[in-house]
Amino acid sequence: MRSTISERPLLQARGISKAFGVVRVLDEVDFDLRAGEVHSLLGENGAGKSTLLKIFGGVHRADQGEMLYRGEPATVDHPQKARELGIALIHQEPLTFPDLDVAENIFLGHGTTWKSRFIPIKWKDRYREARRLLDELGVRLDPRARVHGLSTADQQMVEMAGALSQNARILLMDEPTASLTPEETRELFRIVQRLREQGTAIVFISHRLEEVFSLSDRITVLRDGKFVATRRKEETSIEEVIRMMVGRPLGKFYEREEAIPGKTLLKVESLGRGRRFSGVSFEVRAGEIVGMAGLVGAGRTDVASAIFGIRPADTGKIEIRGEAVRIDNPAQAIRLKLAYVPEDRQHHGLVLPFSVAGNVTMASLRRLFPRGWLRPPRERELAEDYRTRLSINLRDTSQPVWELSGGNQQKVVLSKWLITEPEILILDEPTRGIDVGAKQEVHHLMGELCRQGKAVLMISSDLPEVLALSDRILVMREGRLTGHFRREEATAENVMAAATGQPLPGEKGTPVSSG
Amino acid sequence: MKASFWRRLLSGVARYPEWVTFLFLVAAFVVSARLSPFFLDVFYIFDSTSYYVEIGILALAMTFVIITGNIDLSVASGLALVAVVTAMLHVQLGLPMEIVIVLSLGFGALLGLFNGLLVVKLGLPSLAVTLGTLALFRGAAQILAGDHSISGFPEWFIGADFVRVGGIVPLPLIVFIGLAVIFGLMLHKTVFGRYLYAIGANEMAARYAGLPVDRVKLAVFVVSGLMMSVGALLKVSRLSVARYDLAMGWELAVVTTVVLGGVHIYGGRGGIIGVVLALFVIGFLRTGMGVANIPQENQLVVIGLLLLVAVGLGILLERFRRN
Amino acid sequence: MSEKGTLIEVEASRGRSVAATVLRFRELGIAFFVLLIVAVATLKEPRFIDAANLRNILLYIPLILIVAMGQMMVIVSRNIDLSVGSTLAFSAIVIGYLFVNQPDFPIWLAAVLAVLIGAVLGAVNGALVAWVGIPAIIVTLGTMSVYRGMVFIYSGGRQVSGADLPEDLIDLARTSPVFGIPWILILALIVVILAYLFLRYTETGREIYAIGSNPRAAELRGIPVKLNLFLVFTICGALAGLAGILFASRFGYVNPANTGVNFELIVISAAIIGGANVFGGSGTVLGTVFGCLLIGVIHNALSVLGISGFWQTAIYGLAIILAVALDAVLQRRLGKRKEGADLL
Repeated sequence: MRSTISERPLLQARGISKAFGVVRVLDEVDFDLRAGEVHSLLGENGAGKSTLLKIFGGVHRADQGEMLYRGEPATVDHPQKARELGIALIHQEPLTFPDLDVAENIFLGHGTTWKSRFIPIKWKDRYREARRLLDELGVRLDPRARVHGLSTADQQMVEMAGALSQNARILLMDEPTASLTPEETRELFRIVQRLREQGTAIVFISHRLEEVFSLSDRITVLRDGKFVATRRKEETSIEEVIRMMVGRPLGKFYEREEAIPGKTLLKVESLGRGRRFSGVSFEVRAGEIVGMAGLVGAGRTDVASAIFGIRPADTGKIEIRGEAVRIDNPAQAIRLKLAYVPEDRQHHGLVLPFSVAGNVTMASLRRLFPRGWLRPPRERELAEDYRTRLSINLRDTSQPVWELSGGNQQKVVLSKWLITEPEILILDEPTRGIDVGAKQEVHHLMGELCRQGKAVLMISSDLPEVLALSDRILVMREGRLTGHFRREEATAENVMAAATGQPLPGEKGTPVSSG
Repeated sequence: MKASFWRRLLSGVARYPEWVTFLFLVAAFVVSARLSPFFLDVFYIFDSTSYYVEIGILALAMTFVIITGNIDLSVASGLALVAVVTAMLHVQLGLPMEIVIVLSLGFGALLGLFNGLLVVKLGLPSLAVTLGTLALFRGAAQILAGDHSISGFPEWFIGADFVRVGGIVPLPLIVFIGLAVIFGLMLHKTVFGRYLYAIGANEMAARYAGLPVDRVKLAVFVVSGLMMSVGALLKVSRLSVARYDLAMGWELAVVTTVVLGGVHIYGGRGGIIGVVLALFVIGFLRTGMGVANIPQENQLVVIGLLLLVAVGLGILLERFRRN
Repeated sequence: MSEKGTLIEVEASRGRSVAATVLRFRELGIAFFVLLIVAVATLKEPRFIDAANLRNILLYIPLILIVAMGQMMVIVSRNIDLSVGSTLAFSAIVIGYLFVNQPDFPIWLAAVLAVLIGAVLGAVNGALVAWVGIPAIIVTLGTMSVYRGMVFIYSGGRQVSGADLPEDLIDLARTSPVFGIPWILILALIVVILAYLFLRYTETGREIYAIGSNPRAAELRGIPVKLNLFLVFTICGALAGLAGILFASRFGYVNPANTGVNFELIVISAAIIGGANVFGGSGTVLGTVFGCLLIGVIHNALSVLGISGFWQTAIYGLAIILAVALDAVLQRRLGKRKEGADLL
């Protein structure tokens, strides 16, 4: 099987850089892909994997760097261009047309020319051809079925068939297994194997390391948008890859002193909602930071949004300061002195065209101005206050927040919630996509909040951050709590193991299942 | 150097679209004055306002609706329905006019509530809902009134436009200015106004921050319904009759006014001052074209073009600002 | 993001099969309503199904049918066209005056001209929507009034009376080549068949569904979204233009003040009742035909049963709201709720 891999790269990328606004997502990344190999891209969230894939697929354009296709320089500045080169991108969320049937989803927009627009579609041929492609993939799907009833896995198969129909030589797969069941994943792998044997080159992104190791020929690790290493699977190990992914020196993290936790402020018991998560129980005490680790899609954000009343839980109970409460919407949560800094800053955390002052007072308007009349000087005063306290870098508090960098935007979101005078803070990926300086400041702030006796639940995919800041660490995997570590027993390896479901021999602090 | 000057000017204009409206106002005034010398007569100008402030009152509420990212196409039909119901309550049921006024305000609010509930509770697009109620309200007015003009209002109620405050300013204009001040204060000076902008600019963020999004949206549609009533009362008072075809096609004029006033059609931005300016742009133009004997139907072209140019310009400026 | 999509799907799976069945048999449901109204009307007034009255129904429908085909395509692409009534009127008035000035102008050429006029007006809408990026509702609200104003300017407010229209044109609505089916209905049926073939058998037709179904995916697939939107509005305009000359034929006059007024409401109702979803992506020729039939039957039943024609507008309004609400509820159960904001 090794022999099918050619030594000459099919696709090569050199020195690829890309920035969104002020955030540099990719920094001079090199990558090469050979026919007949599965090449996995690994890295923590925000390492730049998806962006790199989208550049190969023509969705984004690199700011710098060059791409070579079969040794020739190639510009891929549009999805159509990528298609012409035989590059097919399977997105994280399937890009299908729910109202159309399977066959149409396979063929539509592929290879349409001016001439073909005037030739009637031969449906019989189209269905037969779709049938053939699906058979080739070994998928039992009716080409006439509407797509909107199909599972994510089936929709992915439809996209794969579409890629096959264009004779794609390069298949880019962005976390295809994120929402698949184990059986569906096995099915997908079987198909990927078969395509590889036929000489297709496959780039594969997954957070599940055991998957990566069972499927890949080579593995490339990215960290903070930078290339770390490319290794043949045989030459590396899960442990080494984890080290490369998280391998920042922990020393640069803010060192906080051991907290002396007070009484329990937030307690949840067998919380669950639909199939997203179930049986989640934990508590957060005054003056401690509880970290919540896990892979993307493990259900951490779902738990947070259930507690905060955005999508209330349907089973289990929540206790705040020892009293059982019902939280149906964020307004109730705020009254109970909860605060939630959401993961998606731009869509959920900020009103981008609003001024800094307008954003920081958003969640407290009723309390600040009980008579209903705004007092802009008071708003500015508060904004100025927090600008100093959190050292937010801006020209003026009347500046719209979309002009600010990610770190400063995040500080605005934090200010907004601090102004509500919360006692329990849920911070969802509080330092994602912000620069190192701002990150440290956010860490300091969290320490400060603990000293003030607030309870902090921090969801983070940044393992060193979780390890450095948390008093206790909860780990979630596939909607359940799969680990609970005290600060002193937690290591990158055993937390990652609990998150991926990958047992690590000879580790102390075995994952305990809680709840 | 020069290019950067124009860039700065353009992005300044893009931030404060009211300036464009103001320029339109000056232009409309000049053009109208040139079309006919009568236009410059103060009494003439004031008298002519009585007609279009009814559009303006609807436009004030529409400003709220559009800022939250919705639209209410049913305002004109709703006005006609309230007018007909008002007339029937008084003329056919014989209720005293004072009580009828209160009832018709309540009825308008109810119409707005109907729109609002469909939008908020069923999650339907306001465009489709109010397109439906545009027909439904008009149809209901038609069913109730048939082809008749209903008259028979008390003396004191009719002719609001002939009541001159301070001997010059007609009452409807005073009502409009009063409402504009209230709406302006609500929009720009209160927590409620801030909610409107937040919902229009980013509804999800507003929900995450615990704002009462659904209640605010409902309130906005109810306010729109209330203004249908105010408009209906002024109109019936001015014409002294109610008919099913009152304010036919006015939803266009109302949306045009709001958008010309610099309110962004996708919500989140705009202000009352721009809308008031825009109302007078359209009013002056209409009056000017009127005194120049341009038939009302032909004026449709100008108003329609004005809408397209205003929105198109806004979108192009926005695109420019984003770059 | 993807998490949430799948979440809704999972939770909605219970209601899915029922909802899917209802959607699949949407056309049958409307057919049932058509028959129901026919049955009730006939019971109350047997004249309802005599030949003369059926002919009345068949004469009422063709104009609606033709324009509803265009409107349905526009709605499928996640847009809306409010200007069709004014477009129809402009085409009708221009053609009317053409015959006033040149009574011997060939009718087929006039028909071509009518289609072209409509196509140009539709293309203006399409260009503003596709390339300037103004929402369709605003564009067509504006052009609805611009085109109506143009009708008045062109005609000077004077109507074209039957005496000015050539006999052959009027005959299109009176005479029949076969089975007593009038010419204009045959024309309408040809339009329906062409619309079906276009939407079913051409790449472009399928792309219109794709665009309405998932605009972002359409863009990423390399489907020429803007060009297609432009085309859809042009087609819709062209069909309204064709309906314009047929209006002159059917009614024997063209009055600038009432020709095509409220027509947009009728055709939007027909399309939406027929299952075209304002969230885009779905809508069928067959469903729209049934929607038109339903509207035609209601219209006729009202007059035969002696109910005032004033009820019509209200019924259209109610029909739009009910159809939209029903679809939204079904969509939600199917877990396929899309953002309505695109429409605005």
